[in-house]
Parts: sequence; structure tokens; C-alpha cells
Amino acid sequence: MDVLFHNVRDLVERAEKEGKLISELMIEQEMLISGRTREEIFAQMDRNLVVMEEAVERGLRGVQSVTGLTGGDAVLIQNYIASGKSLAGDLLLDAVSKAVATNEVNAAMGTICATPTAGSAGVVPGTLFAVKNKLNPTREQMVRYLFTSGAFGFVVANNASISGAEGGCQAEVGSASAMAAAAIVEMAGGTPQQCAEGFAITLKNMLGLVCDPVAGLVEVPCVKRNAMGASNSLVAADMALAGVTSRIPCDEVIGAMYRIGQSMSPNLKETARGGLAATPTGKAITHAIFDGGDLKSLLKSRTASN
Amino acid sequence: MKFTSVFDIIGPVMIGPSSSHTAGAARIGRVARDLFGRQPKWVKIYLYGSFAETYRGHGTDVALIGGLLDYDTDDERIKTAFQEAKAANLTFEFIPETANKEHPNTARLVMGDDDNEMSVEGISIGGGKIEISEVNGFKLRLTGGMPAILVVHDDRAGCIANVANCLAMHSVNIGHMEVSRIERGLTALMVIEVDQNIDKRIIDQISYIPHITKVSKINN
Repeated sequence: MDVLFHNVRDLVERAEKEGKLISELMIEQEMLISGRTREEIFAQMDRNLVVMEEAVERGLRGVQSVTGLTGGDAVLIQNYIASGKSLAGDLLLDAVSKAVATNEVNAAMGTICATPTAGSAGVVPGTLFAVKNKLNPTREQMVRYLFTSGAFGFVVANNASISGAEGGCQAEVGSASAMAAAAIVEMAGGTPQQCAEGFAITLKNMLGLVCDPVAGLVEVPCVKRNAMGASNSLVAADMALAGVTSRIPCDEVIGAMYRIGQSMSPNLKETARGGLAATPTGKAITHAIFDGGDLKSLLKSRTASN
Repeated sequence: MKFTSVFDIIGPVMIGPSSSHTAGAARIGRVARDLFGRQPKWVKIYLYGSFAETYRGHGTDVALIGGLLDYDTDDERIKTAFQEAKAANLTFEFIPETANKEHPNTARLVMGDDDNEMSVEGISIGGGKIEISEVNGFKLRLTGGMPAILVVHDDRAGCIANVANCLAMHSVNIGHMEVSRIERGLTALMVIEVDQNIDKRIIDQISYIPHITKVSKINN
């Protein structure tokens, strides 16, 4: 199939040569592949943006998952920001809370937009709605943020993996965070090469991340992984915008991620047989949820012992 | 390329919590229903790999049933699909398997009603995207992303040409085609991906061609 780019090197070279944004190349490629007009493609992405915004808002009002294992943390973080005591900075924590909000809605079987997957759906919108307050983007720039994320995600999906069962959490939250970093850089006015640096710096630091969901649910540690992924994106984007580069080129980082995923034990790839899922508490939670145990008092005793 | 559209990456809009285990599962169920041609009365769903380990927590079970009831990935009724199935007279059973399949997210749906039975195996390859890997014992690769026709036929000379002719007469362009058979001279299967959704009239015409035993379609 005829495509405009197969890897990040193609993407950046073409963008710089033609003086275009990464998002523009993704839009042009989608037009080429689907035969649809720019307006149709833009409108569809705009609808995804609406879904993301609604999920963030719903999560910030407070939700509880079906099991009762997660929910309400986005509200706690917002209250903490409002107290004025935040150490890491309000924008960073705002992104964290909005990523958490989206994933809490996801765990509650609410409506979300996969970016690139449901388990990693918090990072791209979480960072977007946080940097929005600082950068004051137009609606078009916000939609472009999603196309830029999508361009990098497209390369990862075709050259490595975006599935936790195939590549571990590095393929899901790792990819999502790196995609978000690239999009933040573009929105903040960085060059296509700087987008790639932001992407590489983020993904490098999330390599090896295992997928070990407690009880096999997209809740623990997924919700907080999205939070940490969002903070990674922002820091890496800032580093790239400061002129920091990755010593290992972007495409090689993606290749490393793929090979790490392949060599990872199946126990650490979404089977809930290893990692946090296999801890005593992880197993007790599984037992409580599926064999009729008492999850509420289990969670209470965890809080008390902390 | 496994992923062709940006909306495979930023999307789908879906009911949580998992794109591969919930949205992908709903799509497998829905394509299986399309291939069967109507809602089956009963289904046995065999789950492999990660699907077998975590299907309850991910809502894979309700999503597969939702798909069989023709729900899209963002249909809120997925959450109550078990109750909806009861109302629609669809009985179901889940059977977690321990065998290793090529892909960790694999489901095999054996379904039927008073007139017919069919087996469809689907895999969820990530981000909500799926492939159909087997139909009635025939290995194939079908993404569900393009409209397609499946034709079960006797393995006889001229069958493929006759079907292609029929499509040509209706100006239907073939994008990709695969032909396979279990044994020479017995039953064979054509998988034809086409550029536009296929009208029921064309399906009926194909089914009248000699040696054709069954025609199913997937619209997009």
C-alpha cells in the first residue's frame, strides 16, 4: 500500500522538507488511504475529541468502577491542586488528574475514545486538556493534537505493537505517553524533529513496563500508570523543547520496545499471572472479586495498614 | 500493514474498559453474526490465552454477546448484553481453553439455529482492531475493515470465474481475494474483499450459481 511514511524518520524528513506539521501529514495520509475529504476526516476526529472531553468531565465529577476497586482519585488530585500545596506544579498535576479521570470512566465501563487503547486512553486527552489552559489552542489545533499523536501511534502499531497482551504496558501506556509528548511539542511550536525527540525520550523511559493487571481488570495499576505516563509526556516534551535530544533515534527505540515485548514472559503480558497481579494482595483482590469475597473490607484494611 | 487508518489508533469510541478485550470482542461477535447471516439461537464461545484468563474482568463476555446482538463498540447496551440476549432468545456458554493459539487474544464462536451451524474464529490484535482467522475450519485472514463476501463452494473448475463474473456484471471491484480448500475436489472457500457494501440481490445471484453452497457477507 502506498503510504507517506513507514517510520518516524520518513515522517520527520518529509515534514521538514515540505515545511508541514506532522499532523498535516497524518491528515494527508488518511485522505490518501480512505479517499475521504479533509472535512470528513477532521469532523470524525472532532467527534473523538468531544468524547474525550466528556469523559474527562465525567471523571472529574467522580466515578466508581463496577468492582469498586478504582474511582474518585481524579477528584482528590483536583482538590489537592486547589489547596495550593502542589509540589510538582499545577499543570503537571492537572494532566495527571485528567488522565486518571478518563481511566476511571473507562474502568466504570463508561464511553471513552481508545488512544491508542482503552487501557491507555487517559494520557493523550489528559495532557491535551491540561496544556490547553496554558497554550490556548484553537479548536483546529486541538484536533491536530490528536492527528500528531495518531501519526506516531501509527508507526508504533505497524512496526511494533500497541497491545498489552503482545508487548506489555510499554506498548500501551508507553506508546500513549510518547504519542502525547510528540503532540505537546507540536502544539507548543516545536519542530517535527523535536516532536520525535520528545517521543523517543518518553518511550525510552517506559521500556520494559509490564502489563500486570490485578484480577485481569483494567484498573490496578492501569489508572495510575496513565497518571505517571502523562507526567512523563510533559517532562519529555519540555526537555525536547529545551533542545535536549535522544542519543538513540526514535525508530530504534520503537524497535527495542518491540523486541523487549517479544522477550517478555507471557506472565507479564495481560494474563494477570505475574507482577502486581501475583502479589498476595493482588490475589486476595482477585479472590474477593470473583469468588465472592469481601472486597470492601479488604480495601479498608489496606488503607488502615498504610 | 496491520493498521491503515489514524482512527485505528485514535479510536474507536467505545465502552470501557479494554480496546482489545471489550471493543475487539464486540467486533468479533458482530462479524460472526454477519457471517452467520442473522442472530443465532445458541452459541458456544471458546476463549484462548489472555481472553481465557481475564474475560470476566474485561467484559469480554458481555461484549462478545453484544456483538452477536449486532451492537457496535460504543453501544451502552453492551453492559446489559446478557439480559438482552435472554430477551432475544440467544443462549450462550463460555468455555475457557488452556491451549495456546498463535495470538493471545483469540475466541472461537460455534453458533447455530434450527437451519444452520457455523464456526468462526477471531483474534483481537490491539486497539480494537480484529482479524477473522478461521471459518468452518478454513484458515483465512479477514480484517472486517472492508466489506467482504465469503463463498463456500464445491471444489470444481469454473466456480471462481463464475463468482468473479457475477461481481463484474454488477461493477463490484475486488480488492483482495483468497481461495482455500480443505482437500482437493471437496469443499472450498473464497474470501473476497470488495470496495463497496454488497447488495442482498447480488448475494442471492451468487448463491444460485452451480456448486455454490453458502454465501455470507460482511458490510462495513
